[in-house]
Amino acid sequence: MSEQKGPRGRGAKGPREERRSRMEAPGDEGGAARSLADAARPYRAAFAARFSTLLEYRGAAVAGVATQLWWGGIKVMILAAFYQAGLETAVPLSLSGAITYTWTAQALFALVPWTADPEVVQAVRSGGVSYDNLRPVDAYGFWFARSAGWLAARALPRALMLGAAAGFGLRFVGLTAWAWQAPASWAAALAFVISLGLALVVSTAVLMLLNITVVALLDERGVNALAAPFILVLSGNLLPLSLYPDGVSQLLELSPLAGILDTPLRIYLGTLSGQAAALGLLLQLFWASVIVLIGRASLAVALRRLEVQGG
Amino acid sequence: MSQVVVRDLVKAYRIAEREPGLWGAVRGVWSRRYREVQALSGISFSLERGELLGFIGPNGAGKSTTIKVLSGILQPTAGLVEVGGLSPFADRRRHVQRIGVVFGQRTQLWWDLPVLDGFRLLADIYRVDQARFQRSTDELIAALNIEPVLQQPVRQLSLGQRMRVEIAAALLHEPELLFLDEPTIGLDAPSKLAVREVVKRLNRERGVTVLLTTHDMHDIEALAERVIVIGRGRVLSDSPFQTRRDTVLRERRLTLEFSGEAPAIDWPGVTVLSRSGATLVLSFDPSQTNTPELVARASRDQAVLDVHVERPAIEEVIARFYHLHGAAEG
Repeated sequence: MSEQKGPRGRGAKGPREERRSRMEAPGDEGGAARSLADAARPYRAAFAARFSTLLEYRGAAVAGVATQLWWGGIKVMILAAFYQAGLETAVPLSLSGAITYTWTAQALFALVPWTADPEVVQAVRSGGVSYDNLRPVDAYGFWFARSAGWLAARALPRALMLGAAAGFGLRFVGLTAWAWQAPASWAAALAFVISLGLALVVSTAVLMLLNITVVALLDERGVNALAAPFILVLSGNLLPLSLYPDGVSQLLELSPLAGILDTPLRIYLGTLSGQAAALGLLLQLFWASVIVLIGRASLAVALRRLEVQGG
Repeated sequence: MSQVVVRDLVKAYRIAEREPGLWGAVRGVWSRRYREVQALSGISFSLERGELLGFIGPNGAGKSTTIKVLSGILQPTAGLVEVGGLSPFADRRRHVQRIGVVFGQRTQLWWDLPVLDGFRLLADIYRVDQARFQRSTDELIAALNIEPVLQQPVRQLSLGQRMRVEIAAALLHEPELLFLDEPTIGLDAPSKLAVREVVKRLNRERGVTVLLTTHDMHDIEALAERVIVIGRGRVLSDSPFQTRRDTVLRERRLTLEFSGEAPAIDWPGVTVLSRSGATLVLSFDPSQTNTPELVARASRDQAVLDVHVERPAIEEVIARFYHLHGAAEG
């Protein structure tokens, strides 16, 4: 073919090429790092592509934030009513803690995997799902990266906007007692960020289970209808897990779904700190690995059964 | 060794059936009937490196299924499939790195991404390094004339633009083997020509092996050196295009317009295709029957007003071939 170079050809080089030449610089332990970077390349790219495409849906994000503010307000007022009725002494969470928990949970609502990834649903409908097998990548890893990109891209702008509204907006109009509070300490903030990262992994792993069920059943409605109430309750989105009765609450805090919201939120509030916080992070890591392993095994089975029929 | 070896390939689908109507739907809840449909019932062929093979056959013949099995998407029910020494389904990841696939009826690109971003993503997925990516995109953009659409999201492209972009996308990682499943379906003439031109050049200049299915006989005429006809999951014929073409093109068709009622004739080597009013259509083999003589003989009894000799359309011949082998979809 011709060696023609368009004007676009030259312009499109630049940062990528620079990065490559830096990576190939002699000296450091480049080899292993480079092959690792190369191995991760498809998944990183899939995550980034999904993330950047979804960030463009600003209208949806604004609408989402409005909904979360509305529901958050209702939840906060219900909580306040219960606390005023004399619950305060009996529970391990103060009212202002419960309010901050609620706002954070609302801000991170989009991180909770309560429906299957619509892109997977679409791919199942169109038959495109098995065409992903044309790519030289691990099927589970590839979808995982894309679904993680979906969750992250939806959660990030919503969290920022809701943070601005509930953190600053409420204070600005004088409702300081109802506002979102800062994390308990710098250490808590740092641990929260780590825990949030793990929450994304747990959440994506759970989302993958929903996705795989959709692939196996070739329909998403049943899965979504069943998953939503379970996941919203067990993750702590509906009510802080420590407000459930004794015994139940401890059990819920150990469950895998607590790692999606409750664990990072308790770290944020400082009710989970020090060694307990470290254990919380480990628990998140543990559940993430278990769910990923289950997901990988079931995807292998589902894909083997899957057949695309028709031209 | 051949690059592609397919021996006694069988693919059966299990299809859930239900009786029509509400009652059928209700019954389907507890008792499902499955029917086994054999899409491929023992296909064998092989393909050498650098060959350009056309796959034709009626709808439902098994062309797409064959491509899906060869590209590793479908697991064969029985038989041997080997591509470049690998088993496509079992060694999927290594196998797909070396092939490019275009399905004319589906898009493999990300709907919301601008074309160039989609290409970059594919380069990441196939781990194509930057220099190679630059070279192959520059070539493909020029060859397929897609420069103007590079910034547009895929969902905004016309079918012709999209197909050219799909073909470029399938070639970015410089595969040694290319599967094209109806690549020209629904395209306008310039897009068809561009697609054919690129495929031909890839095959000639880079030695890319191509397996192409199509319903457009002009694709086959322009591209394929060898043609496999399949019908009802079997290979009906496997021959160089030239032979196929010669047998097809030997036939001539003579249309005569008489001044009055067309005469009934019964001459050896001549078949009456139709006779209505003043028009008579005959079919004959010009190597057996001399055309001017035939016209002269026909005009002996009745004055001829108009004469028209033509070759049958290739589509028609293929349709007859399918019919002859009972290959057309029932």
